[in-house]
Amino acid sequence: MAQIIGAITTSHIPAIGGAIAKGRQNEPYWQPFFDAYGRVHEWLAKVRPDTAIIIYNDHGLNFFLDKMPTFAVGAAPEYRHADEGWGLPVSRAFAGNPELSWHLIESLVADEFDVTTCQEMLVDHAFTVPMSLLWPGVESWPVKTIPITINTVQHPLPSPKRCFALGQAIGRALDSYESDCKVVIIGTGGLSHQLDGTRAGFINKPFDLMCIEKLVNDPAALTHYAIPELVELAGSQGVELLNLLAARGALTGQVAKVHGNYHVPISNTATGLLVLENRPRAPASRAA
Amino acid sequence: MSERRAIPGTPIFDGAAARKGYALNKMCFSFNQAANRAEFVKDEDAYCAKFGLKPEQREAIRHRNVLELIAAGGNVYYLAKFAGIFGWNVQDIGAQQTGMTVEAFKEKLAAAGR
Repeated sequence: MAQIIGAITTSHIPAIGGAIAKGRQNEPYWQPFFDAYGRVHEWLAKVRPDTAIIIYNDHGLNFFLDKMPTFAVGAAPEYRHADEGWGLPVSRAFAGNPELSWHLIESLVADEFDVTTCQEMLVDHAFTVPMSLLWPGVESWPVKTIPITINTVQHPLPSPKRCFALGQAIGRALDSYESDCKVVIIGTGGLSHQLDGTRAGFINKPFDLMCIEKLVNDPAALTHYAIPELVELAGSQGVELLNLLAARGALTGQVAKVHGNYHVPISNTATGLLVLENRPRAPASRAA
Repeated sequence: MSERRAIPGTPIFDGAAARKGYALNKMCFSFNQAANRAEFVKDEDAYCAKFGLKPEQREAIRHRNVLELIAAGGNVYYLAKFAGIFGWNVQDIGAQQTGMTVEAFKEKLAAAGR
C-alpha cells in the first residue's frame, strides 16, 4: 500500500517565486522566511517521498469562470506551468502519476466525492512555488506529482468540514492503494490575507497561530467554521486554509510535528509552514 | 437562500458578482497570454469592445481603479493579470484600494506581524 509519510503546509505567494528567481533568499526581508525551509529539506532528504499530492487553489490559470469545479484531480502524465500574466518565470514541467491519480479518483467517487477529472491541467504558482521551495535548485523534480484543486475563487466555496473530509477520503484512498509508493501531501496557501476591498492588507496573527496549533493537534476544531466566518477571521484569501485542512485530513496515522514557522509579512500575507510526520498507529488491540 | 453576511470592506465574489463580471473577468483571464496583453496596450478600446465590456466596466478599466473594477464584478485574481500589464503588484493595488501610499501600506503589513 501507499505509505503516507506526512504533510507539509506552506505558503505559495507568487513573490516567493520571484525572490527565488532573483536569488534574494539571503536579503533581510526574505531570510526569516527562507531560512525556515532548511529543516524541511533535511526532513525530505531523510524520508524521500516518491510522489507528492499537492492540494491548492487555481488562481485563474487553468480554470476560468466558464467551468469552475469545486474539487478537481489531475490525471495527466505531465503538468505544465504557464505565463500567469504578472511576470513569474515559468517553471519546468512536472511528471504526473496517472495510475495513482485514477486510483484516487475511483476511490474518491466511491466515497461520494464527485470530483472533476483533468487529463490536461496547467498548474499555477500555488503548485509551482511550493515545489521550488521544497526542492530548490534540483536538475529534475525528485517526485511524481498529482494536483488536487479546491475552489476558493467563486463562492459558494466548500466548507472547512467538507475539505477536511476530502482529505480523509484521500488518506483512505492511499491506504487502499496496492502498489508501493511513498507519498507526501502538500497543502498550499494562507495564512491570513486579503487582497481586495478597503480591508485589503488584513492580517490576523492570533487566528493564524491558533490555526497552526489546531492543524497539528486538533484539526477537527477548524471544521466548525462557516465560510463567512473564515472570510471575516482570515481575510478573503485566507480561506486558502481549506487546502491546508484537506492536507491535514489525509494523515491517517499518529501525527507528530517535525517543524513549524510563522512569519509576517511576505507580500500581503502571513506565512505559515508546518511539517507533520504521519506515523503508523499502534495496533488496534493495544489501542483498545 | 442563505442570509448574506456583510463583512466591512470585504467583497464576496459570489454568483451575482460572477454573472455581472463575466465579460470583464474573461478579458482579464485573456491577459495570461503576452500577445493579448500587447493587443490591449496597442488598442485598448478595440480590445475592450471585443470582450463586450459594459460601460461601467469600460470606465473602471479606463480609470485603472481596482475598487471600481470589483464593483463592476471583477474578481481580484483575474484583475491581478490586468494589474500585471502595468507592473503593479498586490501592495500597489492594496495601497490604491485603501487610499494609502505604498510605503504606508507595507508598514501596515509589517505592523501586523509584530
